[in-house]
Amino acid sequence: MNLNWDFIIESLHLYGEAALTTFRLGFWGILFSLFIGVICSIILYFNIKGLGKIVKIYVELSRNTPLLIQLFFLYFGLTKVGIVLSEEACAIIGLSFLGGSYMTEAFRSGLEAVGVTQIESGLSIGLSKLQLARYIIFPQAISVSMPSLGANCIFLLKETSIVGAIAVMDLMNITKNLIGMYYQTYESLFMLVVSYLIMILPLSFFLTWLERKVRYAEFGN
Amino acid sequence: MYEQDNEELLVIKGLHKEYNDLIVLKGIDLKIKKGEVVVILGPSGCGKSTLLRCINGLEKIQGGDIRYKNESIVSKDVNLQDIRQQIGMVFQSYDLFPHMTVIENILLGPLKVQKRNKKEAMEQACELLDRVGLLDRQDSYPRQLSGGQKQRIAIVRALCMNPEIMLFDEVTASLDPEMVREVLDVILGLTKQGMTMIIVTHEMNFARSVADRIIFMDEGDICETSEEPEEFFTNPKTERAKHFLNIFQY
Amino acid sequence: MQNLGIKVLFQGMNLQRLIQGLGVTGRIAFTSIIIGSIFGMLLGIVWTSKSKIIKFLCRLYLEVFRIIPILVWLFIMYFGVTTALNVDLSGETVAIIVFTLWGIAEMADIVRGSLESLPRHQIESGKAIGLSNLGLYRYILIPQAARRMLPGAINLATRMIKTTSLVVLIGVVDVIKVGQQIIELSRIEVPTASFWVYGFVFILYFIICYPLSKLSKKLEAKWSD
Repeated sequence: MNLNWDFIIESLHLYGEAALTTFRLGFWGILFSLFIGVICSIILYFNIKGLGKIVKIYVELSRNTPLLIQLFFLYFGLTKVGIVLSEEACAIIGLSFLGGSYMTEAFRSGLEAVGVTQIESGLSIGLSKLQLARYIIFPQAISVSMPSLGANCIFLLKETSIVGAIAVMDLMNITKNLIGMYYQTYESLFMLVVSYLIMILPLSFFLTWLERKVRYAEFGN
Repeated sequence: MYEQDNEELLVIKGLHKEYNDLIVLKGIDLKIKKGEVVVILGPSGCGKSTLLRCINGLEKIQGGDIRYKNESIVSKDVNLQDIRQQIGMVFQSYDLFPHMTVIENILLGPLKVQKRNKKEAMEQACELLDRVGLLDRQDSYPRQLSGGQKQRIAIVRALCMNPEIMLFDEVTASLDPEMVREVLDVILGLTKQGMTMIIVTHEMNFARSVADRIIFMDEGDICETSEEPEEFFTNPKTERAKHFLNIFQY
Repeated sequence: MQNLGIKVLFQGMNLQRLIQGLGVTGRIAFTSIIIGSIFGMLLGIVWTSKSKIIKFLCRLYLEVFRIIPILVWLFIMYFGVTTALNVDLSGETVAIIVFTLWGIAEMADIVRGSLESLPRHQIESGKAIGLSNLGLYRYILIPQAARRMLPGAINLATRMIKTTSLVVLIGVVDVIKVGQQIIELSRIEVPTASFWVYGFVFILYFIICYPLSKLSKKLEAKWSD
């Protein structure tokens, strides 16, 4: 299989732009997901009245439906009842809606892994509830949930491939267009795979490294 | 009122505690004087650990009162944080914070709770570490220490808050036999400095040598109190204590 | 009238057509889950081999599917492989191939994980009573590992079902495509059709996936000790 390198070089800037779009969407999606995850897991952990139930329903709805439908519903469905969102806004909201529940579960299992005796030990030296959360519970919870948080980041970055379905000019759409217009199938697919590898592999290595760094809590006390 | 002489540091009256329907403490009465070393003995599940946990405000109680320096620690408007700074507690499972170094573990309370000067707190921490023979381990993480070392650090962590009274909850129970000694030696050192202590333990010989008073508990109640430890061990008054002590003899 | 928009679901043959579309989705999911599970189990057993090369190849196979998004795989297969081999595969066939290959990889990892989590002395005591390698797997390891792998396997099935939604993007007339056709047809008559149709499909997926993920969680809790 001979690749047409001239075509690849010519289309490089297109892929560059599309990769940036994908990356930008992934970045905001992950950031908001983390934010939603922290809030929701705290609500669940401290069993905050009334809100706990809403969070549980949200998590189930988000985890048990495909991102594609979530996006279509947001983009086409909500427009028709008067809520108009741009493609990119829709994509970010969709990714955050999906990722938020995954992050919630990850943080929550981290919080639940902090032992009762650790908390009592903190109380017995006179820490206030806030200090307890800041110095004892959160650092340990983050360390425990790090592997799942990392896996979720990769998962979300991969899920960005789906936002092309709502007309965002991302890597998938560029590829489809180039195949459709120029029949340069292999070249386009090759660039698509390379683009994703360039985004995902470094992130994957970085997360593995980060995981090792914050792993202390796993070694018990 | 709170008197300076012959003071009763801790007064427990009719302490009643239950989990669901299980009664764990059936109206405990106990007074601890300043400088006293009280050892609580008793079979597993007799409520001795629960008693210690109640004193540190870790358990909700269903009846009675616990007064520290004549202030009730079970009333709604008590500042438990203040009380806990004065009542140090060491647990069976050490429970050092795994994500902090030894010195960070020790200084967390003095710096963040007591807001003390860092230099001064550091000096005290080092002095205490030196006393338990672990000054060189101040930058280690808990996972790098042996059980006995961890427990000595846990004691230093509690001592560095300058507590008036120390509670020891079976602090040698999960240690390998060869490490028990190093921890008990530290506690023995504290008795010489006149620290007020309540010790729950299964180390009978240790109890015998440090106790000013032995309290024998069974089924959530105090069965026997003895101001003469020697007397308690050789000639216990109650059948239950006799039975209990027999288990430890071969 | 927004309130009446929901009627679009019940007009004419609409509901029936949506269910038919769901049938296509179901066929793809079911076929790939079944084939994926069977071959995944076999590959999982192979994976526990002592050979470093086999271990490496299995890991590589899995990572290749983990790192590259499934939609990219669908594109590669749909546009690339069909052109390269000069065969005309339908979107549905392509979807089944990709999901099956992915299912095998993930299932193998689950099986390997649960086999490796079994205590060593189980193997040793099996050998001690004279079981052959085959007998060891048949009577000792697989029955025990089955419990450990079931929650993960159900989870994988849920993920695969959710991912089948992507087949619409390679031209399969699945439940979503049928939905889009209905929306298109009733655009003037019922302007809010997309809200109701996509909402309906959303709920359909939820109704299928929710019980599965609940079951997986229950089994995990039950068998964790």
